[in-house]
Amino acid sequence: MNGSHIEFIVAAYAVTMLTVIAMIVAICHDHFVLKKALARFPARDVGEEGA
Amino acid sequence: MLRYANPANFLWLANRLIPWLGASSAALAALGLYGAFFVAPADYQQGETVRIMFIHVPAAWLSTFIYGVMTLSALGTLVWRHPLADVAQKAAAPLGAAFTLICLVTGSLWGKPMWGTWWVWDARLTSVLVLFLIYLGLVALWQTIEDPARAARAAAILTLVGVVNLPVIKFSVDWWNTLHQPASVFRMGGPTIDKSMLWPLLVMAIAATLLFLTLHLMAIRNEILRRRLRRLSIIAAADETAGHAFSPGAAQ
Repeated sequence: MNGSHIEFIVAAYAVTMLTVIAMIVAICHDHFVLKKALARFPARDVGEEGA
Repeated sequence: MLRYANPANFLWLANRLIPWLGASSAALAALGLYGAFFVAPADYQQGETVRIMFIHVPAAWLSTFIYGVMTLSALGTLVWRHPLADVAQKAAAPLGAAFTLICLVTGSLWGKPMWGTWWVWDARLTSVLVLFLIYLGLVALWQTIEDPARAARAAAILTLVGVVNLPVIKFSVDWWNTLHQPASVFRMGGPTIDKSMLWPLLVMAIAATLLFLTLHLMAIRNEILRRRLRRLSIIAAADETAGHAFSPGAAQ
């Protein structure tokens, strides 16, 4: 890839990878925090006809 | 469809779909990247820089597709009052913002070597920037209004107002003389891209769509859990208050 602007290609793929990883980590972290918080409550019906 | 309006049923379905969607997305992304780097030739004008297109175009597709999903969810909230519609809309907004950001940044990284500039205020770029700002506005709106029902209505109205931007994005390259090139995949008369470049691009677009569906289901699942936690906290607080009211020392 001589003279092919490889730094721009690497930067584009790096930004994409980092953003996708950040989204996955944020959602998984949120999930574990919520599960941990919910575990403090005894199981009961909370009337979830809707969310 | 209505069966999955019940969050418990939805969670059951989501827990089974998420691993399959995620694995399919990863497998297709691996195939697409192989095609993008080892099968597709360098472009006769763009050279190797054309490789950026294999992530820029799927991100651009998703940025508008996600807004379409949010528009349907907004209608679901305001018209059909589907109980999961506002949850789906809230969960999609940050994902839409992230994919639009990828679209803008990768486009800029392609533009610098090809156009000689990081940014121009042409109609396509500006309308996509407006889309990004709308996504940020919706995320901020959800954060600002504490009552989920009020936030859902306000976000649904803002989403429906913002949908006017979608045709502007799509047809901006036809309506105005832009630096951004015209459509080369989704156009009347078929794609103008060579097959050796087209199939990795389509595979990457499908992989990106499956990635969004995976993340969206995960985010919806989180939002359902968040609302369940909110409801349980309120019930626990009410129980505690009632317990104090009937305790022997409460009358004093």
